[in-house]
Amino acid sequence: MIDDTVAQRVLGTALRTGGDFAEIFVEDRRSSSAHFDDGRVEQLSSGRDRGAGIRVVRGDTTGFAHTSDLTETGLAAAAEAAGAAARGGGGGVREIALTRRDEPRPAGVEILPQDVPKAAKVELLQTADDAARSEGGAVRQVSVSYADGRRQILVANSDGLVATDDQVRTRFMVQAVAAGDTGMQTGYEGPGATVGFEMYDDVDVAEVARTAARRALAMLKARPAPTGTLPVVLRRGAGGVLFHEACGHGLEADLVGKDASVFRGKVGEMVASPLVTLVDDGTYGREWGTYAIDDEGHEAQRNTLISEGALTDYMWDFLRARKEGRDSSGNGRRQSYQHLPMVRMTNTYVLAGDDDPDEIIRQTPHGIYCVQLGGGQVNTATGDFVFGMTEAYMIEDGEITDPVKAANLIGNGPEVLQAIDAVGNDFDTWAGTCGKDGQGVPVSAGQPTLRVSAMTVGGTAR
Amino acid sequence: MAYMTELLALVERVAGWAGHGEAVEAYVARSHHAEVRAFEGEIESLSSADTEGIGIRVIAGGRQGFAYAASLDEAIVAETLAEARDNATFGTVDEFAGLALPDGVEPADIDLWQHELAEFPTDAKVALALEVERATRASDTRIRGVETAGYDDVSSEAAVASSEGVRASTRRTVCSVYVDAMATDGTQTQTGYGYSVARRPGDLDVAKAAADATHRSTRLLGARKPPSGRLTVFFDPMVTASLLGLLARALSGEAVLKGRSMFADRQGESVGASALTLVDDPTNPLAYGAGRYDAEGLATRRNLLLDGGVVAGFLHNSYTGRRSGTASTGSAVRGGFKGTPGVGSRALTLTPGDQSQEQLLARFGEGLLVQSVTGMHSGSSPVSGDFSVGIEGLMVRDGSAAEPVREATVASTLQRMLHDVAAVGGDLEWLPGSAAGVTLVVGDMSLSGS
Repeated sequence: MIDDTVAQRVLGTALRTGGDFAEIFVEDRRSSSAHFDDGRVEQLSSGRDRGAGIRVVRGDTTGFAHTSDLTETGLAAAAEAAGAAARGGGGGVREIALTRRDEPRPAGVEILPQDVPKAAKVELLQTADDAARSEGGAVRQVSVSYADGRRQILVANSDGLVATDDQVRTRFMVQAVAAGDTGMQTGYEGPGATVGFEMYDDVDVAEVARTAARRALAMLKARPAPTGTLPVVLRRGAGGVLFHEACGHGLEADLVGKDASVFRGKVGEMVASPLVTLVDDGTYGREWGTYAIDDEGHEAQRNTLISEGALTDYMWDFLRARKEGRDSSGNGRRQSYQHLPMVRMTNTYVLAGDDDPDEIIRQTPHGIYCVQLGGGQVNTATGDFVFGMTEAYMIEDGEITDPVKAANLIGNGPEVLQAIDAVGNDFDTWAGTCGKDGQGVPVSAGQPTLRVSAMTVGGTAR
Repeated sequence: MAYMTELLALVERVAGWAGHGEAVEAYVARSHHAEVRAFEGEIESLSSADTEGIGIRVIAGGRQGFAYAASLDEAIVAETLAEARDNATFGTVDEFAGLALPDGVEPADIDLWQHELAEFPTDAKVALALEVERATRASDTRIRGVETAGYDDVSSEAAVASSEGVRASTRRTVCSVYVDAMATDGTQTQTGYGYSVARRPGDLDVAKAAADATHRSTRLLGARKPPSGRLTVFFDPMVTASLLGLLARALSGEAVLKGRSMFADRQGESVGASALTLVDDPTNPLAYGAGRYDAEGLATRRNLLLDGGVVAGFLHNSYTGRRSGTASTGSAVRGGFKGTPGVGSRALTLTPGDQSQEQLLARFGEGLLVQSVTGMHSGSSPVSGDFSVGIEGLMVRDGSAAEPVREATVASTLQRMLHDVAAVGGDLEWLPGSAAGVTLVVGDMSLSGS
């Protein structure tokens, strides 16, 4: 993307006015998408975005500038701006020797989406639309999106590191609207993975569409969600969002460092039920949040955050780790070259336990069974968090009964983690986009079927 | 202005590349963004960046294709057009496909550009960021720190031109200071947000931002989970603004056409309380979403959406207007050069009443004042109308704000809430984003707590 000798000179320019550390992050991103709605292919879209972000760190201050001009002149101008922003004083010439690290493990992508004929992508859309509508006349509208992206990155820094990665992601999303006497309801399904077009060898788009359609149809029969505190059983997969919000963000070292996390100072303490072992794993399979190196050039790692209820470690990026005199955990990520990296999750999941998932439901006399969640939000300083249920049912006398309408669940992270009283022996994951401080990055969450003994359900029924 | 001319010249040149039987639209955007973050009296980060790019739409034989590039390099622009052309061959033929046609509506005479921002020195930006952080920490002994504090500004310019004769350019500046305060009473932490937003730095009110963050965080100290029940809810102006955003999605002509709006087929019918008159008016220079032109280059205009609780109209871009048998309402929006024009609101406002928040609390006597909400997009849907959000706020007793509450939700349906609106406050305030805030009183909502 750029020559090592150019990188070397640009890093020198960045540090000319002083500074302890300089970094160049180069990104070349190609994306394509196709959108089908209202019975027709609305359009195909393709895009190209490339540029470099340069940061200079001096003491506790970071200067940052980015440019879409990848010539040496363009990079040098950005380097000077970043150096000035870091308010360098001392100055002086610094020679930087760059050492190419071994290339990361091959991305393992079998079919590059850019090599696939557009017609093949469009065909998937029609297949999905047909399948969703075949679920019945109550399915009134179907929106289908195909998306792929290839992101090639290069990181070079004044510690001598040069590393590259080639990330390919593929996603397919279906939203169905069903209508009946009770009004309209929506159903959604959206698998995504860090793979190429071969995703469709495993993912049957017709089945994805039918799932979305059935979800919308089921919700037509939904009754209002209850109010008050109830046991909540989270089906394998989607419930991972609970951990992402309840403790994931609170275990990010930048928030911990600012004393904006209820988990600060808790390493070694029991912060969850002993049934909970939580891992953040950027190396996990071909999941949506997987990569070879993070956006600071550090290799992805599998990090255990909570081990049998005890807090073992936080997640770290370069800056926060350097302050503590330790290594990054490979969690430094950014939305694009236009953004500064910060601590982010990758694939965050709870390991399976011993309980039979059906038995967990049978042993819940009265509660909620969540099948799909629609995202959430947390205030890490107070620990209070919400997540939305987009497909959920009542559990009555140990049996799954009526669907309930969409609603948020609210809880306090540390309390909810302690209240997990059953963990199943199954497992699944869920792909989503995590937003923090205005930056979105692909992540996944996962868990076995599990139960929280009490959470507040934000419905309207008494 | 020199640069604006250059952007217009570029989009006109691209529009001129349209071949026989094809319509081409080019949209370019360029922005300069500066951000300073302060933490514990030091500059945590300082970013400065220019972004530019082009998005090209091609319509040929009733099919649409699109491509974008984050570069204005002539060769890349030509490749982007070729890619958009190729993409157009895969669309489904749609008799309504097409670009916006000039409609003769004159743009509002508003100027949203303050040159002062371009000349505002970095040192002064740094000083504002440090000051909002310092003022917040010094404001009250219970403030134990800030999570985020800083200064932000954006100067943006955009131009659009098409082979159909559209030619428009817009530019605007906006800057803000903001702070997220953390307060403690020794046992509990609570947070509160404060900000000040303006078109030029001279109009920023740092003291107000700090005072708001302190007030909002400290008044929640001691918050507990309230008992469940049904009650009257008073939405703070900032919360009302996001509620209006949710509601406006159901007033988009696209949602109506595609059967995703609860208001489809309800034009002319009463869907809410008579106190509800909702307007989207991007010609109002006080609105931060204001602009002379929409994303397809048509003049923006004032659109009446709800009139005394009656559905008065929907928002349209040129496609949804044509397909609905009406016309564009100048409501095309896009998320920068990387997207095609959708339909959206930019400057929503409820016609305000004449009572302050204090007067409304005194008038209704009992209920819940909601200071902030979470999960607006995870537990609510403008399609079904289901509404459920996490809240923080204060109980209202005997006509004034009483004990703070947290870890609870309020829920209803949007359909019911519109009918249950009991009053609209007189405390209208333009907020960053696409809506004005005002205290909104909604009767009979479900509070879920212990």
